[in-house]
Amino acid sequence: MTRFLRIARIGSEGLKLHPLRSLLTALGIIIGVGTVIYMLAVIEGRGAEIQERIKARGSNNIILRARKPQDDTKASATRSREVVYGLTYEDARRIHDTFKEVDVLVPVRDVASAVYNGDARSDTVTMATVPWYLDVSRGSLQHGRWFTDLEMSDATPVAVLGATLARSLFLWKDPVGASVRIGSKVYAIIGVLEATVTSDERESLKRDRAAYIPLTTVRERFGERNVKTATGSMDIERVELHEIILQVKDAKDVVSISEGVRTMLARFHTNEDYEIDVPLALLEEAQRESNKAKQLFGSIAAISLLVGGIGIMNIMLASVTERTREIGIRRALGARRSDITLQFLVETLILSVAGGIIGIVCGISAAALHEQFVTDSHTMVTAMSVVLAFGISAFVGVLAGLYPAVRASAMDPIEALRHE
Amino acid sequence: MGDAVVRALDGVDLVIGKGEFVAVMGPSGSGKSTLLNLLGCLDRPDQGQYLLDGQDVASLHDDELSALRSARLGFIFQSFNLIQSLNVVQNIGLPLVYGDCDPAEAEARSRKLAARVGLTDRCSHRPMELSGGQQQRVAIARSLANNPVIILADEPTGNLDSRTGNEIMALLAELHAEGRTIVMVTHEDDIAAKAQRVVTMRDGRVQHDTGVRS
Repeated sequence: MTRFLRIARIGSEGLKLHPLRSLLTALGIIIGVGTVIYMLAVIEGRGAEIQERIKARGSNNIILRARKPQDDTKASATRSREVVYGLTYEDARRIHDTFKEVDVLVPVRDVASAVYNGDARSDTVTMATVPWYLDVSRGSLQHGRWFTDLEMSDATPVAVLGATLARSLFLWKDPVGASVRIGSKVYAIIGVLEATVTSDERESLKRDRAAYIPLTTVRERFGERNVKTATGSMDIERVELHEIILQVKDAKDVVSISEGVRTMLARFHTNEDYEIDVPLALLEEAQRESNKAKQLFGSIAAISLLVGGIGIMNIMLASVTERTREIGIRRALGARRSDITLQFLVETLILSVAGGIIGIVCGISAAALHEQFVTDSHTMVTAMSVVLAFGISAFVGVLAGLYPAVRASAMDPIEALRHE
Repeated sequence: MGDAVVRALDGVDLVIGKGEFVAVMGPSGSGKSTLLNLLGCLDRPDQGQYLLDGQDVASLHDDELSALRSARLGFIFQSFNLIQSLNVVQNIGLPLVYGDCDPAEAEARSRKLAARVGLTDRCSHRPMELSGGQQQRVAIARSLANNPVIILADEPTGNLDSRTGNEIMALLAELHAEGRTIVMVTHEDDIAAKAQRVVTMRDGRVQHDTGVRS
């Protein structure tokens, strides 16, 4: 056994003399490290949840939505009138022609018309779109099929039902092969979608309750008008497209293209009757928020670790004073200054490292309990946070131990031996 | 008072030969403890020289002094200076931690030394559980752990009654008989009388030196 190990062992045995004191001393580090792990796990879990939700909308996607502009002529307007707003086929064409980085462009037209199966009725939205919608929206078919390019170009009256819609109109029967009436026209059902599994509930709800028909069909049968009747008034809206989903090849182009699209739309639309949703920008925003939270809690945790370190230093200084005579004896019997330094440093190092390990266990347990008892929460303990917490605690230990240890070794052996 | 330079030792010219048993006497404040600290390499002279085996201690680095204490010197104190948290064997083995000695070997050696000072059945006791005489015997065993050539004893019988004091002196005499050099500070005449040579100090100077008596 080397001299180093022999002396390190003295340090570890010093801790066993006062188990309670050692535990209390380490408590500061235990709580500090535990808090770091726990807080970061909660933040990380929450961040991952948000990111997953955003990613479900496609991080390479840019989503343009029609938005009814603020009505500033309400007082003078007639009760029945036509409002024209939203995205146009022309917009879609221009975007497609201008931005070569846009891989796929999916136009969507919402038709506000009830869907009937005989007498069973469902008030829902019918989404008129293109054959490649399914891929871009990451949906999948329960059974049946999606409509084809041919059906698209022929404006065939076929429909695919969302999972919830199929259930509400057909109960347990298989709707494929049957037909539904949308507005006044009949559509053959060719497929049923799988229930959506995004964590964005509003979006899932909309998709699962929708019926999907070819965009060409809706143009032919409904024109561009949506008629909404309310008590005493009739709103006629003229909207060509409600949604255009752009899928960009490379994620790094997403933000710049979204800016380009914004500029282009601003030029051709007199008022802002659209909105641009960039999941990636939201994702980056969410990541920034998450990082900010991490920094904030990180600094709180750093303070608690600092307090823990001061606690250790305090006890070690007291211990050095209390053991002055022992230090004198050891020096007289041949201990070098560095031996004394090492002895006390090992003590603090063991305290802080053991405290760190216990703290990590406590933090992970707390995160697990959090997930268990707080509904709808996810926590995520990352290796990074464990390494960080452990590293800081060891660092604090050395830092807090260094001064008392050096002070112990700097004692004059003669003075130390005289100490009562 | 603060400015006054106190010369604890002044003009001491002393040669102690190998294998001598020297008693240093004198009233308190006469410099005998300072002399012992110097001899024990716990302190260095501000001026003058201390040659240990022909080596000038004043020029040595702190670590080298430690190494010297570890290899050559054994200490016995008036107040025993045992570490309360360690048991008898661990106390005896303490100098071996700082020498180059395997722990297993150190323990065997410590047990042997405990037996030598008659404490075989007290090996796992703590110092608090021992009488003064027994504690001093532990301290003597400890001073022998690294097999030193010089043993420095600072009033080894000062805290003991005369009967136990005599037992301790018998042990020291034994060590002397083995050929070790012993320097002992005392202010008791009858204890000093057991040494070969008595050096009397006063005001930091050697007042009287009997020389080696046979």
